[in-house]
Amino acid sequence: MRVSSRSLIAALAVATAIAFLLSLAIGPSGFGFGPPGEAGSLIFWEIRLPRAMLGALVGAALGLAGAALQGYLRNPLAEPGLIGVSSGAALGAVLAIHLGLSQAIALALPAGGLAGAALAMLAVVTLAGIQGGPVTLILAGLAVSAIATALISLALNLSQNPFASVEMVFWLMGSLADRSLTQVWLAGPLILAGMGLLLVLGRALDALALGEDAARSLGIDLARTRLAVVAGTALSIGAATAVTGIIGFVGLLVPHVLRPLAGHRPGLLLPASMLGGAIFLLVADVGLRLLQPVVDLRVGVLTALFGAPFFVWLVLRKRGDLAP
Amino acid sequence: MRIEVRELHARLGGREVLCGVEFVAQPGQLTAIVGPNGAGKSTLLRAIAALIPMTSGAVSLDGRDTALWERVEFSRALGYLPQERIVHWPLLARVVVGLGRLPHRSFGAGESDHDRAVIGAAMAAADVSHLGDRSVLELSGGERARVLLARVLAQEPRTLLADEPAAGLDPAHQLTLFEHLGSIAAAGRTVVVALHDLSLAARFCHNVVLVHEGRAFASGTPPEVLNEKHLAAVYGIKAHYRVLDGVPVVLPLAVLP
Repeated sequence: MRVSSRSLIAALAVATAIAFLLSLAIGPSGFGFGPPGEAGSLIFWEIRLPRAMLGALVGAALGLAGAALQGYLRNPLAEPGLIGVSSGAALGAVLAIHLGLSQAIALALPAGGLAGAALAMLAVVTLAGIQGGPVTLILAGLAVSAIATALISLALNLSQNPFASVEMVFWLMGSLADRSLTQVWLAGPLILAGMGLLLVLGRALDALALGEDAARSLGIDLARTRLAVVAGTALSIGAATAVTGIIGFVGLLVPHVLRPLAGHRPGLLLPASMLGGAIFLLVADVGLRLLQPVVDLRVGVLTALFGAPFFVWLVLRKRGDLAP
Repeated sequence: MRIEVRELHARLGGREVLCGVEFVAQPGQLTAIVGPNGAGKSTLLRAIAALIPMTSGAVSLDGRDTALWERVEFSRALGYLPQERIVHWPLLARVVVGLGRLPHRSFGAGESDHDRAVIGAAMAAADVSHLGDRSVLELSGGERARVLLARVLAQEPRTLLADEPAAGLDPAHQLTLFEHLGSIAAAGRTVVVALHDLSLAARFCHNVVLVHEGRAFASGTPPEVLNEKHLAAVYGIKAHYRVLDGVPVVLPLAVLP
């Protein structure tokens, strides 16, 4: 299927706006932007607006970082968690719960997440170096992820307090519920700064489609590109994970779905996946609220439940293509 | 642009691949780099294109050391066509050729009418105009090679380095490729190609550099360089340099004991 780049972005932008408005309008207290009375305005400002803003920001960050990593690594299976920052953020947040800091200080949880993400990024950059190919970056990310995951398991294992354990496990599942505007102001600027670094990589990622030598001969600074990919992902995904927990599959699935529509162009896929990620997470979160009277799910669980079968379908389709 | 390579040394993975190469490529000329496998032809081209660091020596374009060029300016001046015909995504051939215009487009700008005209001309020159709407990954090896050639032509570099551009092309496309490279050189540009086909080098190139063990063993016109003594010493083969119907041909006969 072929769509012009301008109409693709325009259509996705309109869909993002609609998804955002839906997220503002739908909830257990009824449909609308401000039910009459003080309670209505409280619900709008304290519950729905931060939730919709976080959904849009975090979804956009996941989609964009996924597309950027896939383009940089030239591997459609790359996802934002690959370079270790989301595991680092998760470890920071889990430690904040484990040590009881989150009970004492309101913002200790996201602050711990941010610190964890920053440390993970530092570790990855130190391990992988500024120069060097994609493989060292993947390996460094895997190593840091593995260490962070092991430490998360350790914290869960050693946890004496069953309530803290449950809190950690729920937090790891990823959720947009019960977040305040303060958390949006904490994570939002970092997420936006990270996305800014990633969005300008279009030319570099397009050129990298021809391999590293050809890209450099087209005037692309590979060291700067690598640094921007790592720093942009760390900022946007680290800050997002620090506030919402780990939300899987969005960063893997959204670029996959949109790639054919973007003519497989890695540069065009960046803004497309950013919008697509926002749409996906906002819609998933709205779906969650509609399900809430029946079953209370975390958004990370829902994205995984939808994401995993999609890959089964991809495998089956690929097998069909290859069949004699 | 005049390329001057002086006392060039370069290492790759701990091994000294280039040990003091010297040669000059003149504008208006088609220069061939020939030599056995592993002689350092590709490394030489990559070193000229500033893609790998040199341990010592210098490469200059029009008298200016390549290390002193500003990145974008350099990418407009010098085009490099790698030997590996890599395209990582199933991009349309037309989009791949369009990547050649990246150094000429300012940030955020789309393709201008001029860009489109240059892309069209490059695709016509490489005989890939009819492939524009096909995914490069669906093309045959030779077709893909021509699309990538069109990419570097669309870059409109004043100096063109091409690593094995003729490999995998059918004879007709090999001939049109070299006729086109010749016409680019005739327009005052510098063209340097790494080649295995000695007959193509003898027929189309003005200047041949024979690389052996990281050094320029000989350089000069094809008859000066591709003689039987040199080919025996460098390739270890017995070969004839003949002129058939006015066309020079290098015919390898046997491997020397």
